[in-house]
Amino acid sequence: MEQRSIPEIEREIVEDFALFDSWEDKYEYIIDLGKKLAELADQYKIEENKIKGCQSTVWLKAFYNDGKVHFKADSDAVIVKGLISMLIKVLSGHTPEEILNARMDFIGEIGMMTHLAQTRSNGLLAMIKQMKNYALAYKIMQGTKNE
Amino acid sequence: MVLTDIRQQFPILSRMVKGKPLVYFDNAATSQKPQQVIDALTHYYSFYNANIHRGIHTLAEEATMAYEATREAVRDFVGADATEEIIFTKGTTEAINLVAYTWGRQNITAGDEIIISGMEHHSNIVPWQILCEEKKAFLKVIPVTDEGELSIEAYKELLGSKTKLVAVVHVSNSLGTINHVNEIITAAHLVGAKVLIDGAQSAVHLDIDVQKMDCDFFAFSGHKVYGPTGVGVLYGKRELLEDMPVFQGGGEMIKDVTFEQTTYNDLPYKYEAGTPNIADTIALKTALDFITAVGKDKIRVHEANLLAYATAHLKTIPDLSIIGEAKDKAGLVSFVVKGIHPQDIGVLLDNMGIAVRTGHHCTQPLMKRFGIPGTVRASFAMYNQPEEIDVLITGLHKTIKMLT
Repeated sequence: MEQRSIPEIEREIVEDFALFDSWEDKYEYIIDLGKKLAELADQYKIEENKIKGCQSTVWLKAFYNDGKVHFKADSDAVIVKGLISMLIKVLSGHTPEEILNARMDFIGEIGMMTHLAQTRSNGLLAMIKQMKNYALAYKIMQGTKNE
Repeated sequence: MVLTDIRQQFPILSRMVKGKPLVYFDNAATSQKPQQVIDALTHYYSFYNANIHRGIHTLAEEATMAYEATREAVRDFVGADATEEIIFTKGTTEAINLVAYTWGRQNITAGDEIIISGMEHHSNIVPWQILCEEKKAFLKVIPVTDEGELSIEAYKELLGSKTKLVAVVHVSNSLGTINHVNEIITAAHLVGAKVLIDGAQSAVHLDIDVQKMDCDFFAFSGHKVYGPTGVGVLYGKRELLEDMPVFQGGGEMIKDVTFEQTTYNDLPYKYEAGTPNIADTIALKTALDFITAVGKDKIRVHEANLLAYATAHLKTIPDLSIIGEAKDKAGLVSFVVKGIHPQDIGVLLDNMGIAVRTGHHCTQPLMKRFGIPGTVRASFAMYNQPEEIDVLITGLHKTIKMLT
């Protein structure tokens, strides 16, 4: 199966959300995503993988395989977990380059802007930044290897 | 239930949030402002904006008079003996830091002990930690009981000849507990310690009389008493304030400056360096006058009714536990729901136009004490109504259903 590009996945999420009539439906969908998010093994729930904020705790871990970055995450709050699940859906399994170029406009388009900067340190913005930081690190690593 | 008409005086309360009428239950973080306070701010900028104390012209004189009128209003509000004992700060946090950096640096030496409580806000923990580290002094903590009260017996055991300062919160921002500060102050004075009371949450609910309390310092913020942000008060006993070294240099705190030596201004100006927050300080008087006009007694009864109503209804929700069930509580209630993160509740309630606070409320050690990541907190003000609590309860049922 040919892998879809980041913009294609973003578009699909926006289209999914367009079907929801109410905020309840939207949140039920996100909560459901949160509950279904693949578990992050306890060994990765360590201090260095924590994005600690004023409210909830998020653990984010990246793995690098065949030139692609794969993300796994967990949170103690289910809505945050659902939102990360979407970020993972969009960004996971792509090259560092693709991740770094991702615009992530879909968050605004699905009406989740308020979560963007919810708290300074663990809003969606902070998580996207952290994911892009991983991508950047792998890109640099890749560059050094090729030299 | 009284105070139904008061809402009209708060313009923000008629706005909609997410298409629903705003239910504002985050008053412990900041209260909303009545029209009079908003008008006081615009009136200052529209008619007599000027720098104070030094100007010879009419505007400067009017601004100075209004600014000093607030000092007199605050003196009256907290029951201080003299306006010299009222120092304007940015807020409670700056007031506490002022004491830590001046009185603390002057009076705390190696081996001394400072006592705080297990329910302190970070603002009444960190300045003392910094001071203790610098001076090689020790921070002792009064334990909190399961009900959310301070253990007075344990406190009395902590007191000793090395205790130099006791800094405790009057009303807990996380639990609502009203601490019996009179007893705490009397016991501290018996061992010769000074006492600072963090009044950030109490000034709006309780009658404050610093002379009756006999506290050495009392701090509160303007924005929690229906006044503007960025202005607060430090009350200090005159003899202490006079002995204390200066805090920040420049502006109003100076009497004479030569390159060799500077002499400092008298109280209270000694602690008010630079151009102060004139507009907000002036509007603070309007807020205090507003509270006095409504009547603190009346407000207290109203808020106590809201608290009782909310507590009774919350207790009917399965798996919900109230954190902090002290005998004496001010108008706020904190709770957790089993298996649900407080943030999830807060996010969903926001979609129903309900503003509550979730998280650790800047009292992380207290959350640790109760073994929870945080709580959902509904805190009440004079303008809140029982119907709004009904909206909250309905909202909570819906929220819990969505999350489980």
